[in-house]
Amino acid sequence: MNQEQLVAELKNIVGLKEVIHKPDDLIAYECDGFTIVRARPRAVVFPNNTDHVAAVVKLLHNNRIPFIPRGAGTGLSGGATPINGEVLISLVKMNRLLSVDFKNRTAVVEPGHVNLKLTNAIAHEGYYYAPDPSSGMSCTIGGNVGENAGGPHCLKYGVTSNHVLGVEMVLPDGEIVTLGGTVPDMPGYDVTGLIVGSEGTMGIVTKIFVRILKKPQGVKTIVALYDSVDDASQTVSAIIAEGIIPGALEMMDRVAIEGVEAGNYPVGYPKDLAAVLIIELDGLTVGMEAMAEQIVDICTQFHVREVRVAQTDQERTLWWANRKTAFGAMGRISPDYMVQDGVIPRSRLPEVLQRISDISVESGLRIANVFHAGDGNLHPLILFNAANPGETELAVRVGSEVLQVCADVGGSITGEHGVGIEKQRDMIKIFTPEEIAAQVEVMRVFNPHNLCNPDKLFPKPSRCVEVKRAAHTH
Amino acid sequence: MNNFKWPDPPSVDKYSVCVHCGLCLQACPTYLETGNEAQSPRGRVDLIKAVSEGRMAINESFIDPVFRCLDCRACETACPSGVQVGTLIEEARGQIRQAEPLTGFKGMVSSVFLKGIFPNPGRLKALGTLTRLYQKSGMRKLVRGTGAMRLLPRHLQDMERVMPEVSARTSREVLPPLVPAIGEKRGSVGLILGCVMDVLYADINLATARVLARNGFDVMVPQAQTCCGALQVHAGERPTAKLMARQNIDAFLEAGVDYIIINAAGCGATLKEYEDLMQSDQEYAHKAGQFVAKVRDIAEFLVEVGYEAPKGRVDVKVTYHDACHLAHAQKVRTQPRQLLHSIPGVELIEMRDSDVCCGSAGIYNLTHPDMAEPILDKKMANVPPEAEILVMGNPGCMMQMSVGVHRKAMDQEVVHTISLMDRAYEAEKRSGA
Repeated sequence: MNQEQLVAELKNIVGLKEVIHKPDDLIAYECDGFTIVRARPRAVVFPNNTDHVAAVVKLLHNNRIPFIPRGAGTGLSGGATPINGEVLISLVKMNRLLSVDFKNRTAVVEPGHVNLKLTNAIAHEGYYYAPDPSSGMSCTIGGNVGENAGGPHCLKYGVTSNHVLGVEMVLPDGEIVTLGGTVPDMPGYDVTGLIVGSEGTMGIVTKIFVRILKKPQGVKTIVALYDSVDDASQTVSAIIAEGIIPGALEMMDRVAIEGVEAGNYPVGYPKDLAAVLIIELDGLTVGMEAMAEQIVDICTQFHVREVRVAQTDQERTLWWANRKTAFGAMGRISPDYMVQDGVIPRSRLPEVLQRISDISVESGLRIANVFHAGDGNLHPLILFNAANPGETELAVRVGSEVLQVCADVGGSITGEHGVGIEKQRDMIKIFTPEEIAAQVEVMRVFNPHNLCNPDKLFPKPSRCVEVKRAAHTH
Repeated sequence: MNNFKWPDPPSVDKYSVCVHCGLCLQACPTYLETGNEAQSPRGRVDLIKAVSEGRMAINESFIDPVFRCLDCRACETACPSGVQVGTLIEEARGQIRQAEPLTGFKGMVSSVFLKGIFPNPGRLKALGTLTRLYQKSGMRKLVRGTGAMRLLPRHLQDMERVMPEVSARTSREVLPPLVPAIGEKRGSVGLILGCVMDVLYADINLATARVLARNGFDVMVPQAQTCCGALQVHAGERPTAKLMARQNIDAFLEAGVDYIIINAAGCGATLKEYEDLMQSDQEYAHKAGQFVAKVRDIAEFLVEVGYEAPKGRVDVKVTYHDACHLAHAQKVRTQPRQLLHSIPGVELIEMRDSDVCCGSAGIYNLTHPDMAEPILDKKMANVPPEAEILVMGNPGCMMQMSVGVHRKAMDQEVVHTISLMDRAYEAEKRSGA
């Protein structure tokens, strides 16, 4: 099937205006939030409903043309990058909130529904959707399912997989299936759990059944400023050790603070600060005051320079806007950046930060650190300038070294951004070839012809003999 | 390599600030309408980068996204890094216009209006007089009666219907060179009359002068001033805009005023960005800086220097629309609301998404009606039904929202913030308070 025929067939399914195919019109689709690798898709198609998706997938499957589901393209590991000239199936027009059941605390959304819009739509009844990735104002819930997105509040409330009860999905051959449902605890394997975080390699989710939560009665946000990263890290451990589980526990180091302060939402943090902690308590108002005092005490024990409880909603909102735009704000202090997404046991924080700092010094590249400290989820932002010859490659290598540190202390190479193409090779840092091969086998059950987001997530077959073997036994 | 070959290209310093995070997407009206990355802020910046790096030619795939942008700059509010998307778009348009000058009918319209009429107050007045003649002579009745209007596209028909009555004289003719301060003099300001404001909304300029004088300022009206050049900057006609900027800079710096006051959001943003526009002009770059330091939107100014709250009552429920170039470009959001709250009797009911573009965007509603229309529909759906007056601070939005009111058969009055202030001061005078 040549390009012309393909475009005609796609238009036939979704409508004339819903297919983008001229080469220069596709440039904006060469990458998602991970910009280091760029490749042009064969076409972009905008289905409006599940039947459209199924028909498009069937067409592509029958002609053995690879394809990728894409949400808002805010992914950070290149999961939506069309490295094989795939057809991108953009789900941004399937963005409806299909139903809300307040009594049973569930909602059904289409994959293109923007994360924050769900909370906005149910806020009037006092409900919200808990997973809150920092890109919540733009990213889609379908994308969140693909990457098993987290966010500042997942320390207490869990990541996307803890809030998805079921999905409707188009399998890579075009068949429509429903997994799970609006009630929890379906019998049999937790297939929904398998789909969440599968990075679009098992099919295309077209409906998502999610849990919604009642808004906490009270919220208290505390900001603590430190002269040493070590003291801030000790505070994190001490708070958790006290048995307090804050709604969120976030940290930024000196370079990160420099970025956010140069960005659009400066708080006015002192320039010579080593670290900022944002600690948010939520829940019943009874006892919250005492708990806030307890936290202030802990901060003081670890030589906090200044610790403050937000006095107004405005203040609290600004602290969060400042923190949540940290990645984007790096553009103010560096032409390019690469965000890493390692996870470590919380207790190893000071030691890991020291090793990251050493890597920064050795490589000559600045590294800003933003973390969901409570979870031990680190986001080292490696700052570089792609215009300098060799610097991109250096940044990639530095990223890999940082992940090696995380793996060495018993952590993981991704907490919430996925593997995509960015960390395929890093998978071998935490899995044996046999373990990877086993995962590939599972993927093949759903995606036997490797058409749905091919060559992502796992090390390229050519690099890993075992995987290659697994891939060709079918 | 770089396919931007003319002066003032989008620079690597500006576009490299974008890290492609996508937090701008949901703020962009054209992305929300199309779902197309190329019609999003980061998509457009990406294309600008591609042309700049020689990966893309200046062709239709570039020109359409760049000109389809409303230049509303809501993305600048959303952007964590503060990418100057508006400036990048305007510079890219400048490049496009030099790569592919407009020809045929479009070229004629562009050179007649952007180069011929708007930079020339005399010609602008002549156009106003013609319009007034049309409105007053019975010709409008005739045209409407015979159905000749139906030959025009629908958005032009609607615009003809809501066009304000052109008053006999422009504000330039009515206002003396100096409107003296009332009471103790606190300083002197220069008033920018603009083009559309001067001819179509002369009464708003008069109200602005009255309110300023009422608050103790000498209002100077330099006669050598001209239109600010916003329409030209937005259309990529930068050489014309620069000539106009020179003329305004000279006129107001010579007047020696403490502040330069503007009551149109789009013009205010352009005036405040004269430094960017004039950066490559050795003679005027510095003067532009002096000029910019004095420019204030009228609402911003009153709140900054302090004003006497009116004692007269205006009993009305209003809702406020944030003009893009006030909210996003100038970051003026709270001041107009503060003015409204200070008027006895005014009840402000906030509208949802008050800072989302109405689709006017200079002449965008004329150049891209297919996009402006759905954007306007969304805006009108957010107007609280109990509001009796729609308040805003930009003439383009006033025209567009009037079209919206007309189309939806609603009955709200569309009023400039300063006009409402003026009403309250007038009521105060009448009551002798």
